[in-house]
Amino acid sequence: MRIVLGLARAMGADRLLDVRSAHVDGCLYQGQVSLDFAERLVDGGARVAIPTTLNVGALDLLHPERYRGDHEAGERGRRLMEAYVSLGCRPTWTCAPYQLPARPSFGEHVAWAESNAIVFANSVLGARTERYGDFIDICAAITGRAPDAGLHRAEKRRGEIVFRMSGVPERLLREDVLFPVLGHLVGKRAGTMVPVLEGLPPATTEDQLKALGAAAASSGSVALFHAVGVTPEAPSLYAALGGRRPGHEVEVTTRDLVRVRDSLSTGTSSRLRAVSIGTPHASLAEFEKLIHLLAESRVRAGVEFFVSTGRHILRQIEDRGWLLALEEAGVRVVTDTCTYVTPMIPPGTGVVMTNSAKWAHYAPANIGAEVLFASTAECVRSAVLGTIWRDPELWPGE
Amino acid sequence: MNEDRAEGRTLVPGWASGAAIVLEEPLSFWGGFDPVTGAVVDPNHPQAGAVLTNRVLVLPSGRGSSSSSSVLAEAIRRGTGPRALLLRHPDPILAVGAMVAAELYGRSCPVVVLGAEDHDALGEGVLEVEAGPHRAVVRTPS
Repeated sequence: MRIVLGLARAMGADRLLDVRSAHVDGCLYQGQVSLDFAERLVDGGARVAIPTTLNVGALDLLHPERYRGDHEAGERGRRLMEAYVSLGCRPTWTCAPYQLPARPSFGEHVAWAESNAIVFANSVLGARTERYGDFIDICAAITGRAPDAGLHRAEKRRGEIVFRMSGVPERLLREDVLFPVLGHLVGKRAGTMVPVLEGLPPATTEDQLKALGAAAASSGSVALFHAVGVTPEAPSLYAALGGRRPGHEVEVTTRDLVRVRDSLSTGTSSRLRAVSIGTPHASLAEFEKLIHLLAESRVRAGVEFFVSTGRHILRQIEDRGWLLALEEAGVRVVTDTCTYVTPMIPPGTGVVMTNSAKWAHYAPANIGAEVLFASTAECVRSAVLGTIWRDPELWPGE
Repeated sequence: MNEDRAEGRTLVPGWASGAAIVLEEPLSFWGGFDPVTGAVVDPNHPQAGAVLTNRVLVLPSGRGSSSSSSVLAEAIRRGTGPRALLLRHPDPILAVGAMVAAELYGRSCPVVVLGAEDHDALGEGVLEVEAGPHRAVVRTPS
């Protein structure tokens, strides 16, 4: 409670409000401090007061042998995961809690951590959470309270910077690959402002919004965006802006997008070492696309192919027989963790291809990977061919 | 900064003094800072390689991942972290990191928000930070 109050003071809040659920990110081992904090709570007999889901940990508990890091750090990672479960949190181990059956309703106050989960809850679900992080997430879960400040308040949710998509070809607006690139651009330009996107197709999918939000929350501090005619607080541009004029306006061009796409790749090697998709955790619809793209072909020997997801989705792909098909095709389905937060990809030379701007943003520093950002189709075909393949038709004007 | 003194709002109280280091762009501590070496490791940050240990860190705000609280707290625990944070925009994630380090280890790393003009005027050189329960003073020791 002292930490919740300290946070309230830091945020300039004069009261606390009740939160209905929490999503905790503190279960990923970051150092001795992670364990010291969680075990202090366990020793003090703390329990969560509201339904609380858990973000990824350091280990794939279903396949612990895949962990390639220091043994002791791995054990500490496991101990930390156990500590959070003993505080009463549900062992969901996913960065996409919004893919679980019970999700926050429109206008509901929640205390969520993990930048992609935060931006999805606020933007796509219209729930209300501030940017919570390690420590404060579990403190809010234990107390059921959070400061009445920031994005819990309507006046902080109004759009401040408008991104107009009128200069982007319609065909590109329907491609999945646009969304992580656009998100990365929006995050860079918006910083801490609330962005409004005007001109996205009404049929934009949740997975596309997930990729957009995750990218914008990595390259910037975006915790809420509005997409006019797509997200629930933006039936119109006027509504998204709360009736005010935007402070800034940006015309997005294909040239800007291509430049951002190129900036997401750090790798120069022409050798393909691995593919990693599922950041944020893959949905059922994304697995369906993957099965379709693989079309019964196999991943080439010498290339590792990882898809990260949550156990909830894993059960569904198992029931459909897709898990077996994927494993036979040489795809490894990772749960409980993610390939860029923990050493899992075998060492070697060459690039790792990914369809995730977030993965591309963090993996070079986190796990020392050389990254090549690409569409899902490019990732899959490259893995099958065993060599990097780019779709010459994908980006206009190339 | 007016003469050699600026007033700001305290996010985390404490006292610190040290050589300032000014980061021009926001930093994500998680993925962008190594708590073992105390260095900025985000290759996209213009000041990649800068060591923040024992410095009074002047930066616009944090950025990105909500796990930055842990990384800052771990750095303070190890003694590789900055001595104080002088922000331009309030950053609850960094504030919580400093609060937890104070709770668990009794190590203080004050976090202060300054007005834009005062923040812009901060340069390299020794700064003293005195952050009370609500208001903070940043000064150049005479």
